[in-house]
Amino acid sequence: MSEAARVSGPDLGHGHPYPGVSLAALAEGSKPSASASLKLLPATARLVFRGREAAIGPAGEAFGVALPREACRFNTNGTRSVLWLGPDEWILLAPGEGPAPLFAAIETATAGLPHALVDVSSRSVAFDLSGPKAGFVLNQGNPLDLSLDAFPVGMCTRTVFAKSEIVLRRTAPDSFVVDVWRSFAPYVWQLLEEARRGA
Amino acid sequence: MTGAFRTASGGRIDRSKPVAFTFDGQHLSGFSGDTLASALIANGIHLTGRSFKYHRPRGILSAGTDEPNALVGVGRDEAHYAPNLRATQVELYEGLKAESQNRWPSLKFDAGAVNDLASPLLPSGFYYKTFMWPAKAWTKFYEPKIRAMAGLGRAPEAPDADRYSQHYAHCDVLVVGSGPAGLAAALAAAASGVKVMLVDEQPEMGGSLLASRDASIDGKPAQQWLADALAELSAADNVTLMTRTTAFGYFPHNMIALAERVTEHVAVPDPELPRERLWQVRAKEVVLATGALERPLVFPDNDRPGVMLADSGRTYANRYGAKPGKRAVIFTACDAGYRSALDLAAAGVEIAAIADLRRNPAGELPAKALAAGIEVRPSTAVTGTSGRLRVSGAALTKMGEYDFGATQQIACDVLLMSGGFTPSVHLFSQSRGKLAFDPVLNCYVPGTSVERERSAGASRGLFELGAALEDGYAKGADAAKAAKGAKAPARAFAAQAPRLGTDGHIGATPHNRNPAFAKAFVDWQNDVTAKDIKLATREGFRSIEHIKRYTTTGMATDQGKTSNMNALGIVSDALKTPVPQIGLTTFRPPFTPTTFGIFAGAARGELFDPARQTAIHGWAAEQGAIFEDVGNWKRALYFPRGNEGMHEAVARECRAVRSAVGIFDASTLGKIEIVGPDAAEFMNRMYTNAWAKLEPGRLRYGVMLREDGFVMDDGVVGRMAPDRFHVTTTTGGAPRVLAHMEDYLQTEWPDLDVWLTSTTEQWSVIAVQGPLARQVLRPLLEGIDLSKEAMPHMSVREGTILGIPTRVFSVSFTGELGFEVNVPSEHGRKVWEAIYASGQKFGITPYGTETMHVLRAEKGYIIVGQETDGTATPDDVNLGWAVGKAKKDFVGKRALARASMSAPDRKQLVGLFTVEPQTVLEEGAQVVADPKAPVPVPMLGHVTSSYHSSVLGRSIALAVIKGGRGRIGQKLFVPMPDRVIEVEVTEPVFYDPKGERFDV
Repeated sequence: MSEAARVSGPDLGHGHPYPGVSLAALAEGSKPSASASLKLLPATARLVFRGREAAIGPAGEAFGVALPREACRFNTNGTRSVLWLGPDEWILLAPGEGPAPLFAAIETATAGLPHALVDVSSRSVAFDLSGPKAGFVLNQGNPLDLSLDAFPVGMCTRTVFAKSEIVLRRTAPDSFVVDVWRSFAPYVWQLLEEARRGA
Repeated sequence: MTGAFRTASGGRIDRSKPVAFTFDGQHLSGFSGDTLASALIANGIHLTGRSFKYHRPRGILSAGTDEPNALVGVGRDEAHYAPNLRATQVELYEGLKAESQNRWPSLKFDAGAVNDLASPLLPSGFYYKTFMWPAKAWTKFYEPKIRAMAGLGRAPEAPDADRYSQHYAHCDVLVVGSGPAGLAAALAAAASGVKVMLVDEQPEMGGSLLASRDASIDGKPAQQWLADALAELSAADNVTLMTRTTAFGYFPHNMIALAERVTEHVAVPDPELPRERLWQVRAKEVVLATGALERPLVFPDNDRPGVMLADSGRTYANRYGAKPGKRAVIFTACDAGYRSALDLAAAGVEIAAIADLRRNPAGELPAKALAAGIEVRPSTAVTGTSGRLRVSGAALTKMGEYDFGATQQIACDVLLMSGGFTPSVHLFSQSRGKLAFDPVLNCYVPGTSVERERSAGASRGLFELGAALEDGYAKGADAAKAAKGAKAPARAFAAQAPRLGTDGHIGATPHNRNPAFAKAFVDWQNDVTAKDIKLATREGFRSIEHIKRYTTTGMATDQGKTSNMNALGIVSDALKTPVPQIGLTTFRPPFTPTTFGIFAGAARGELFDPARQTAIHGWAAEQGAIFEDVGNWKRALYFPRGNEGMHEAVARECRAVRSAVGIFDASTLGKIEIVGPDAAEFMNRMYTNAWAKLEPGRLRYGVMLREDGFVMDDGVVGRMAPDRFHVTTTTGGAPRVLAHMEDYLQTEWPDLDVWLTSTTEQWSVIAVQGPLARQVLRPLLEGIDLSKEAMPHMSVREGTILGIPTRVFSVSFTGELGFEVNVPSEHGRKVWEAIYASGQKFGITPYGTETMHVLRAEKGYIIVGQETDGTATPDDVNLGWAVGKAKKDFVGKRALARASMSAPDRKQLVGLFTVEPQTVLEEGAQVVADPKAPVPVPMLGHVTSSYHSSVLGRSIALAVIKGGRGRIGQKLFVPMPDRVIEVEVTEPVFYDPKGERFDV
């Protein structure tokens, strides 16, 4: 109901025009690069699953991808993936699908078992960053060791890019997916573009 | 012309590539591979600057990072201008434009040099002693004048046009410095198979080997061995070599900061490349092979252009093919001076004499010098120099057992000095390692480590080539083993180089000059003389930390690289106290001055901070909305039409909502989905309200307290199902509230079967508010009956809008009938536009946060953070009704039971009417009972919100006032700087107090 504190009163004229940045326009204007190309990924069904032990197996069965039990790893089956984000938290991804049937199927399979399933399909958008310099580009805003030993294919984690939280996963030796909350997406995209210069 | 002072051949410059540059407008030429300093020296130029305080003419003292004098401004234009660069590190490129600093009108004739004549009036601490009165004159007059006179370079006036980037990297072994020890360390670590980074601040790897003339390693000339070693390292795919990269900071847990200069040395830089890169390297193990710096000798007139460090003179001749002069005098306290003499003689410089402080120089190098026919004078000190803008002669005085002997003037155009070497322990010291004093070498060496690092070679006092190589290899192997348990193969180095011995000198050298007038410089950059330091000790200073600050020795941009040990020696001598008891000042990052740009990186302008936009932002921007910053969000503040200002626009928007319908983007509200069998129990514990009986499909306004009983956040909560709540929070409070809840869940109540998921960005929230809201929405919604009976105030329904799933709340933050349409944010704009179109025939008006604020204030709704300040209880802000008195417990309940939390004189939320209805109070203004009371006037409280209300035709304000509810009807006063405003205390609900407009 209520709102955050404002910095100043009504007489101070603290406003300003702000045309804003459209992610679609940014993506359209992005130049391909052999060393690190940046692509906006299409809409994806995203479900957060959290719950007790008993619900974990049935949820994975209903989704068709087992929920990984190893920290910071993701499982994939066909187009669908499940990312481990915490000891009792996973995110289920189904690119190109609508969330409703998946939601219903998992709820049916886990009925009566303590858990929480929440549709967050719209919460974030995802970018693919691919090429031999992808890690070099990401390391301009992300402090993790992105060498293949330390961050192998199949690894995922919630981390940061500059001042934004992201979920990062490595889908191939030279390919990463950056999942970022929608309102932070233009910021992260523009910084990635800046980092791609000269890469 | 490529320089009259070039050697005939040799050096690492490329004589096939001449490079044109200018210095103070003078057109000169050097070669590719030159630094600005070496090119100037090759052109016979030593005079490069004026000193900081006395404006004395100064020349190039060194050949590296330790240069205190030759600071220049470089840049093709104002937007690319960098002041205070060390000419010894500026690489020459075609068209380089450099200028000297701190001189006016010109380098050769500088008006500020009058300071030198006045120097008896400028003793150490003169700032503190002289400019005492009047106090105001310090900021207005003295400081600006002193700063202008005692300056370094000027700051550029145009914004920096260059780009900078920041990078993180990881490695097993980081080796800092690529001299003999660093190279050997990198070879060992590389052979162990671990991931190695070798960094060096110079354009070429090799350190001291780059200036080597006659040393050999493994039977090869040292420079050939260097080329082979670098080839070996380059070929290894586990090794990263980085030149032009300064390790400038050593931070906890082996985080090393590197500054890489990428395009600084290029005439036409690739626009895609940044000027510099900041590297933050997390290294498992570190080898510090940072080498050593030569110590100058502190003798009278030792600052004349042409007076240089001996090993730097040798570097210019051997590495750059630039002769520092035609006829040299060497003043030395160690064998290194002889090595310089021999190398300069080989380059064709006449050696007039070597003055050696020692009685009996007997090493291998002195013997070679004698054999080469160079005149060696033991027990001899240089006690003065002559010349104005360049040294023209040196006074050599024989030292007897008890007194001084004869003085002889010897003509020379360069004077080289060597007091021995000081290990570069800067990074070790930054890592909080403990230094140990080595009484043989008269210097500090690394002692006990704190971080996972080890020093190698000259940086720990091993100055001989063979010892440095052996030590470096051992340390590299040790680091690889510590990082990964890897083993390096055994390797030995057969090094042949003349031995340097361990002699040296710290402190001032003896002289027979009048001590009142002789200027023997300790710190060239800050113009501190031996006399200044002695004066400080006479005035009672004992600790080197105090002496440093009083005299400013070691406080310049070179951080005392050349001066610290000599200052210690002088203090030790004056106080008759051994050096280790005087202490050592702290080495702080950065090792060398670092650009601001590197710390900003890409975080400039639009990318300084994330500017969060809602899905509807583009629409609002197209409508000409004015935005405000709320946290990182951009929120539409108001939507001006035509020439409207904010007041007109807000008044119009308010009227539209009260009389017809308005549309508002509330997407930034924080949202949390709380799901699980224990969701209601969890809500009961987190909020003051009772939740168990809230039926699915209903909304409730919830208040959340901190443990101390004060209001933390509020928001409307919808119960979607028995085990599912849709919680909203304030815009700014969302992350804090989620963390607060998750904290309790994980640490206090892990037994509860309930989970939290942030859905702030899942939903776009479109508020449709006003008496006609139902008519606007009704045609668009499917599966939701909006009628008063089916969907009463404070209920929630699920259905679809344009086929898109939606959760519609019947809720009002305006006091009017209202709905909030939640849709997945990828469809937010589409749904917004559909609602806006549907509302056209009802005059739907988009409104911004300012109108929202006015409308809620008319209804007396609080804003957490505006009406509350972290010390307000629910009752203080009239929310006592929201506290479930019958509840067993909730966060903050115990605290609310404290007596002071219900004291009658607590500040309570009330309304204020100004007696003059058009006066709008200032938010934050204090409220008093008697403005004429003696100062300090007792304060009753303050204005928290204040607006002009168009529906009431007058101003309104909310305030928190001590015992406010008991004062309703009273007159109080708001004192302002120019007048006192009389106000009447009122109920805080100004409009529709019975709430009849919700259900129209």
